[in-house]
Amino acid sequence: MMEWPILSFLIWLPIMGGFGVLIVGDRYGARQAALLVAAISFLISLPLYFAYDAAAGTMQFTETFKWIDALGVHVNYDLGVDGVSIALILLNTFMTLLVLAASWDSVKERVAQYMAAFLIMEGLVNGVFMARDALLFYVFFEGMLIPLFLILGVWGGPQRIHATIKYFIYTFAGSVFLLVSLIYLYTQTSNGSFFLPDLYALTNLSENAQLLVFLSFLVAFGVKVPLWPLHTWLPEAYSQAPTGGSVMLAAISVKVGGYAFYRLAMPIVPEASHDWALLVVSLSLVAIVYMSLIALVQSNLKKLVAYSSVAHMGFVTLGFFLVFKLQGLAFVDANVSGSVLAVQGAMVQMVSHGFVAGALFLAIGMLFERMQTVEISAYQGITTRMPVFAAFFMLFAMANVGLPGTSGFVGEFFVILASAKAHFWVAFIAATILILGAAYTLWVVKRVLFGEVNSSEVNKLSDLNRREFVILAVLALAVLWLGWWPEPLTRLMEGSIREWMMIVSPSDLMPVVKGSS
Amino acid sequence: MAAFEIARPEIFLLAALCVVLLLDLFLGKESRVITYLAAQASLLTTILLVYSSFFNRPDKTVGLDGMYMVDEMAGVLKIAILLVSILAFACARKYLRDQDMWRGEFFVLGMTAILGMLIMVSGYHLLVLYLGLELLSLSLYALVAMRRDDAQATEAAIKYFVLGAVASGFLLYGMSMLYGISGSLELNTIREYFTNQPDIATNLPLMFALTFIVAGLAFKLGVVPFHMWLPDVYQGTPTAVTLFLSSAPKIAVFALVVRLMAEALEPAQSAWSQMLILLALLSIGLGNVLALAQNNLKRLFAYSAISHMGFMLMGIVMNTHVGHSAAMFYILLYAMMSAGAFAMLILLGRKGYEVAQLEDLKGLSSRHPWFALMFLLMLFSMAGIPPTAGFYAKFAVIEAVVQAKFVWAAVFMVVMSVVGAFYYLRIIKVMYFDKPNDQPPIEADMDIRVLVSANGLLMILLGVFPGVLMSICDLALIASRL
Repeated sequence: MMEWPILSFLIWLPIMGGFGVLIVGDRYGARQAALLVAAISFLISLPLYFAYDAAAGTMQFTETFKWIDALGVHVNYDLGVDGVSIALILLNTFMTLLVLAASWDSVKERVAQYMAAFLIMEGLVNGVFMARDALLFYVFFEGMLIPLFLILGVWGGPQRIHATIKYFIYTFAGSVFLLVSLIYLYTQTSNGSFFLPDLYALTNLSENAQLLVFLSFLVAFGVKVPLWPLHTWLPEAYSQAPTGGSVMLAAISVKVGGYAFYRLAMPIVPEASHDWALLVVSLSLVAIVYMSLIALVQSNLKKLVAYSSVAHMGFVTLGFFLVFKLQGLAFVDANVSGSVLAVQGAMVQMVSHGFVAGALFLAIGMLFERMQTVEISAYQGITTRMPVFAAFFMLFAMANVGLPGTSGFVGEFFVILASAKAHFWVAFIAATILILGAAYTLWVVKRVLFGEVNSSEVNKLSDLNRREFVILAVLALAVLWLGWWPEPLTRLMEGSIREWMMIVSPSDLMPVVKGSS
Repeated sequence: MAAFEIARPEIFLLAALCVVLLLDLFLGKESRVITYLAAQASLLTTILLVYSSFFNRPDKTVGLDGMYMVDEMAGVLKIAILLVSILAFACARKYLRDQDMWRGEFFVLGMTAILGMLIMVSGYHLLVLYLGLELLSLSLYALVAMRRDDAQATEAAIKYFVLGAVASGFLLYGMSMLYGISGSLELNTIREYFTNQPDIATNLPLMFALTFIVAGLAFKLGVVPFHMWLPDVYQGTPTAVTLFLSSAPKIAVFALVVRLMAEALEPAQSAWSQMLILLALLSIGLGNVLALAQNNLKRLFAYSAISHMGFMLMGIVMNTHVGHSAAMFYILLYAMMSAGAFAMLILLGRKGYEVAQLEDLKGLSSRHPWFALMFLLMLFSMAGIPPTAGFYAKFAVIEAVVQAKFVWAAVFMVVMSVVGAFYYLRIIKVMYFDKPNDQPPIEADMDIRVLVSANGLLMILLGVFPGVLMSICDLALIASRL
């Protein structure tokens, strides 16, 4: 069935649109043009959700062209999406739209370049979520560094240069090993291809090779997620980035890391992932507890949310790698659904964290525009001046804590439930985030929102304007909707996750999993 | 006459350069642009001659008593050399005028250098190769010394000349030993001779010859530990000459290495590949690390050239078809990137002012957003970040290395390219993140603007469609039996 190439549109429309905005320039409505492109991209991405056959869970909307066919390299321009990709693509197009709207007034110099960078990044990230060819994936995965690098470096805060270069070098250093691994894997395939299903089917890897490939994946994607202890670029990058940059980093860029675990690392080397699952689970648990503790002592709002992000992303890797712990227990049906639950939880957590962290950074950005500072001590009692803002901020803070009824609850609850089946202590440690998260979040809410107004600047604050209200309201709706009724999202992903389980199950477990699903 | 058919482009170029030389004698400073136009026209005609007669052939054609040879690799490389030289000449026009060096020698000497390069690409005989190399080197020595009254340029020229002469001596000595062993100067006879030799790895005279040849070639390529001349020469030389010397001759030396090593001495592959792999890895390491400390852009690009040559050499060392094609792809892209980067420096200079230090680029993106973007693309391409073309060059070489089971070398190479990324990022940082000090306008003609923009855009276009150039290299080398 030949339809119009909707996936290619989603990659190339924003990229071309970005270059178009560059050409339009600052003088003639760069903002409007960029917003229009982002809106069209979002509208194009919507049919993916409705037309995708979620029950089948297979790759759909596929496109294939010959791309490089020389030097013995056969790389195809292979695109396709499953339920998980669609969820993240929608998140990406949605957040880009909001970020461009939110940056309407806050960016004053080189507007066209700013807008263009976001659009180009949107296209590249969509490419990451769609690529079915490892080299194509790598190109998009690395390519998105360039616009992010410029966003951070040109429009960032006072220490932006250090933060930006650190971010770039960290990510680049992580991913060069990925490149060597991918090339190695490619030389092992019988037909010299980078096609992901061909790489999944590799069975002739030695144990050592598997381990090295797995470690390279762990470093490359661990930097992106970020996994403790590879996270040190993150607080600096988040706190120095402009508002839009922080939002895209927190909502989209780190999701790329999580998605890469799902799409590349675990299916390509399932045995090594299985053997080393305990390592990743432990690192995730350390991230959850340790980063939450660090978040407690932050005096800078953006850094606080940054550390809390690392802690929450710990749930994502925890959920993924719990799969192996659950499969190891017993060959019964309950554990298969337990594994699905863990991955579901990780995925819902990714989407939810995209909304919540994005919303928090947007809200902090709105404060920053008014006061030019993100120090917690500069604020006190802004409820009296900005009641509407305070209500929204409270809601997002509660979602960050994981209050039932908000999106934050669903993912964390799924993962904790699944981890309880794996081991009591894993669940116990993971659940501390509910306490620690509540501690730092409520404390910051108390310090920022409540109390006596004691500075003249806070006294002069004005509440949200209509544009800001709409942005936060849309996000609030998303958070509440996902909290009350996550089923559309889980149903979208469930079939795909079951398909995926077949690939990542170490070969001896395969028949059991197949029989039960 | 028919025997000379095989060297038609070279003969034409020789005749044209004599005409240009004579023509220039009768032209004053104001009308010197005619010299320039005549030189460009001869280069364009030479391209057409190469393309029309000696391109798209299925096999090697040897002529002139086995001294000269054309195959498709020669065709592609010659066209690349000529195209890069056209860019170099166009930039030189602006630079020489700005720096008050507007004389005809540049174009005449440039054309003799190009003639030398074309001979190197097509020579199939040790003496012819050597003569081509000397023609190139002697012209370059004179070009480097063009700014006679400048101490730094003179120092660079003397350094270049002395070390280059020593290297030529090494190479010639190695060649003479090869002749002594095999009794022939023709590459295919030498190859046949060594193919029939048993236990070639313990052939002591051959090892001796190889050592000298490798050392000589390493000098010309500028790889560690024979790299000392490179930074000083790059820095001291007038930028227009640096542009020329950093791009087209590298392609010619690549051809020389392939002809000597991969064709004539292919049977001794196990011996020379060990030497070259060491040199290549050392260059990748040292070049990248030393480039970190540079604040002079020309020096920085010199060290980056050292590491790039190391990368390219890794492709040749693998001695597989994929390796050779990857190296060829790499050298073509490198010539383009290096020429583009120096052309950018020339473009940003103006009368009596040269862009040489890192801080001269401060705030370029707010002064000239378009050219900053072009420079950004070139730099990301040099750093090997997708989706720019440079990534595929690195990718192709690393793929060849991994295929030949040198995974550890591949890991070293990628780690070093992270180090390399840092100094390219430093340039981008200065251009994009720093505030400009002043707002000097760009004074440049349309031709150089268009050429530099085309160069920058090619980086991204070849990044999106890398298969085009890759298959050209691939097919050319298949036809050339490499």
